[in-house]
Amino acid sequence: MASNIQAQDTDKPEFYLTEEHHPEGSTMLGFWLYLMSDCLIFATLFATHGVLGRSYAAGPSPADLFNLPLVAVNTAMLLLSSITYGFAMLQMERNAKTETLFWLGVTGVFGAIFLGLELYEFIHLIHEGAGPTRSAFLSSFFTLVGTHGLHVTFGIIWLITLMVQVSMRGLIPENRRRLMCLSMFWHFLDVIWIGVFSFVYLLGVLG
Amino acid sequence: MFGNSTLTEFIFGRLSWQAIPYHEPILVVTFAAVVLGGIALLALITRYKLWGYLWTEWFTSVDHKKIGVMYIVLAIIMLLRGFADAIMMRIQQAIAFNGNEGYLNPHHYDQIFTAHGVIMIFFVAMPFVTGFMNYVVPLQIGARDVSFPFLNNFSFWMTTAGAIIIMMSLFVGEFARTGWLAYPPLSGADYSPGVGVDYYIWGLQVAGVGTTLSGINLIATIVKMRAPGMTFMKMPVFTWTSLCTNILIVATFPILTATLALLSLDRYVGTNFFTNDLGGNPMMYVNLIWIWGHPEVYILVLPAFGIFSEVVATFSGKRLFGYASMVYATCVIMILSYIVWLHHFFTMGAGASVNAFFGITTMIISIPTGAKMFNWLFTMYRGRIRYELPMYWTIGFMVTFVIGGMTGVMLAIPPADFVLHNSLFLIAHFHNVIIGGVLFGLMAGIVYWWPKAFGYKLDPFWGKMSFWFWQIGFFVAFMPLYVLGLMGVTRRVSQFEDPSLQIWFIIAAFGAFLIAIGIASFIIQLVVSFLKRDQLRDNSGDPWDGRTLEWSTSSPPPDYNFAFTPVVHDHDSWYDMKRRGYERPLGGFKQIHMPRNTGTGLILAALSVALAFGMIWYMWWLAILSFVAMLAVAIGHTFNYNRDFYIPAETVTTTEDARSELLAERT
Repeated sequence: MASNIQAQDTDKPEFYLTEEHHPEGSTMLGFWLYLMSDCLIFATLFATHGVLGRSYAAGPSPADLFNLPLVAVNTAMLLLSSITYGFAMLQMERNAKTETLFWLGVTGVFGAIFLGLELYEFIHLIHEGAGPTRSAFLSSFFTLVGTHGLHVTFGIIWLITLMVQVSMRGLIPENRRRLMCLSMFWHFLDVIWIGVFSFVYLLGVLG
Repeated sequence: MFGNSTLTEFIFGRLSWQAIPYHEPILVVTFAAVVLGGIALLALITRYKLWGYLWTEWFTSVDHKKIGVMYIVLAIIMLLRGFADAIMMRIQQAIAFNGNEGYLNPHHYDQIFTAHGVIMIFFVAMPFVTGFMNYVVPLQIGARDVSFPFLNNFSFWMTTAGAIIIMMSLFVGEFARTGWLAYPPLSGADYSPGVGVDYYIWGLQVAGVGTTLSGINLIATIVKMRAPGMTFMKMPVFTWTSLCTNILIVATFPILTATLALLSLDRYVGTNFFTNDLGGNPMMYVNLIWIWGHPEVYILVLPAFGIFSEVVATFSGKRLFGYASMVYATCVIMILSYIVWLHHFFTMGAGASVNAFFGITTMIISIPTGAKMFNWLFTMYRGRIRYELPMYWTIGFMVTFVIGGMTGVMLAIPPADFVLHNSLFLIAHFHNVIIGGVLFGLMAGIVYWWPKAFGYKLDPFWGKMSFWFWQIGFFVAFMPLYVLGLMGVTRRVSQFEDPSLQIWFIIAAFGAFLIAIGIASFIIQLVVSFLKRDQLRDNSGDPWDGRTLEWSTSSPPPDYNFAFTPVVHDHDSWYDMKRRGYERPLGGFKQIHMPRNTGTGLILAALSVALAFGMIWYMWWLAILSFVAMLAVAIGHTFNYNRDFYIPAETVTTTEDARSELLAERT
């Protein structure tokens, strides 16, 4: 052991790099971490819905309110938008700018239809007297679904911004990185929606 | 007439002249002092033409070192405000006996204890800790900056924006009267209809954005930007504790954000999350806020543990005893801190089994913490200890923190907690760990890394004054609170009936004055050291015979930190390099790729202050306008693709040659 240490003392390894050091990019990890923090916001809202989801305060219950066929169509829109985003990314890999923009546009349209249907549902519920202030159940329902909708809204704004940037500068590395981030964000919202659809709508209607 | 008043209401919301507290003489005097001081400061900056310098070199800087320093400046300024609140409470409680109502009415007193807690945790301890992590971590891991330099600047300004929102409540309107965690239903619209809770919510939400983003940034930095050869088990302990702290930040601050958002919905929209009627559940809030709140105390104390680890190893001239066990203990504390939150409300009535579970997990935390304590002791054992200032704070910490830890274990026993809950015993306990643990750690960090940041040591005489007044002042101020708590005195009370208690409060107030002298000595220390900086100068860059990479570069470090990226072979890598005959490179420098400064972070933060102000006072036009402006600025920023530049090789050579000359002068 002692001789080992001695050997180390005399041995002079390299202490610095003479070439420029390029650590690998942190953007994807950073964006993942952001998504996980966002996921915790949803986790909090899900937990709140878990606790308050049956506090109807003598008001309407999910079985009275939810129109499952409409929600199913809505879900289909969001799932389709994820698929079309996937197509956009495949076109990006092929370096095909126009096709990428086309599929991004389709994704945006599906997202907008999803939002439109959600808004229609919200307005309908409020008209029926089942607004967010009616009971703790409805407060948590509107907040959870509304927070998801707000995320989709920002996703669409982001999507439009990126479409402008891709058409201005093409599929340069910066824009590819940004498209990757938005892709992760968009699929993340899909996953969250699966949770919303299953736990809030389906389980809610089952009672 | 009617039309006029609706117009006023449209423009000013619920803001009116009544909101300006000119009938409170204390606030008027404070306001006058702040205004005069502010004008003097602005005049001086203008007189010496410093605006351009501040803007280009500091406010828009994306350099992690400058951002770290700005965080700490913010923390020190807010410490003065938070301490002013503390000493006002101590004086009030010392005199409000025998029918004397003291000088603070309950309305004012309740705002003061709320503001004290909020400011000390969110705007003193948090920026202090974040400032140190920002300054030290990239240097310790041999990086040129953090992963996302612009985000770092933005995070700092969002934290500052939160502090500004809280400070505005002092002179425009009022602050919350709910205690620092604003439990509903008291903080709901029915019982707190004014703007106080809204100031609280928006201040914390804006600062919370900054904290979360800074957490993400530092995790990515530590995971991705380490120098070649620095495996996880070769990272300095401070970097390890920073990593764990930032994981906790990312894993808990979103919960705070969501919880406060639900409370805002209750207040603004009229939802029923935490109301007493229509199915609301106030205990849900208490659970959620403590799921954030308990990890928060570990967010604060883990970096302090890291600082002590660096200090003990350096000033004992030894490798830290039990490096691996230190790392594991930190990780275990990180995980356990997530499963103890319920001990903050054993009296809620969750039942014996639930309380037993959380009582036991709480007690288990003392095991890894105890392991750390022994590691520090064994590091000192048979070390060549140099009793410099950082070591004073470290030993003060070890004595004080152990007492606080033991009273914590007492509080973790549910039956004991039923007696001690909400009493001054609790107040004494958490000040014991926060002052004895976090604050002493931060003070040790300041004296330890000051020469790195500014190139000269801090004056030891005033440093020792500060230490002894803090240390003795702490015991005089808080031991009486343990006694009072055991006698059943509850917290947050502004007047007392029983005259026999008064002597304890007088002693506690005296202790607070000793601490005030400690703070004054600290500030004098900064001033004296600045004036004597030529005598205290250190040109070596390594004044303490340090062990980690930050001491291998010059003091203050150049913008690019390291002319060449270091290669790491062992932990305590700088010590390893010195031992094996490292020679500083003198030539062959190359251009260095660096991020460009930007003012976007400051603009976004300023707009978020306007947004918060609009929301607090129901000036909806202002809120909408500033929100749209924020979106526009943020999107506009993404259209700027020109974000970096190269420091030319000649500049690097000039900087490094200047250092060579300084080093040559020493020998």
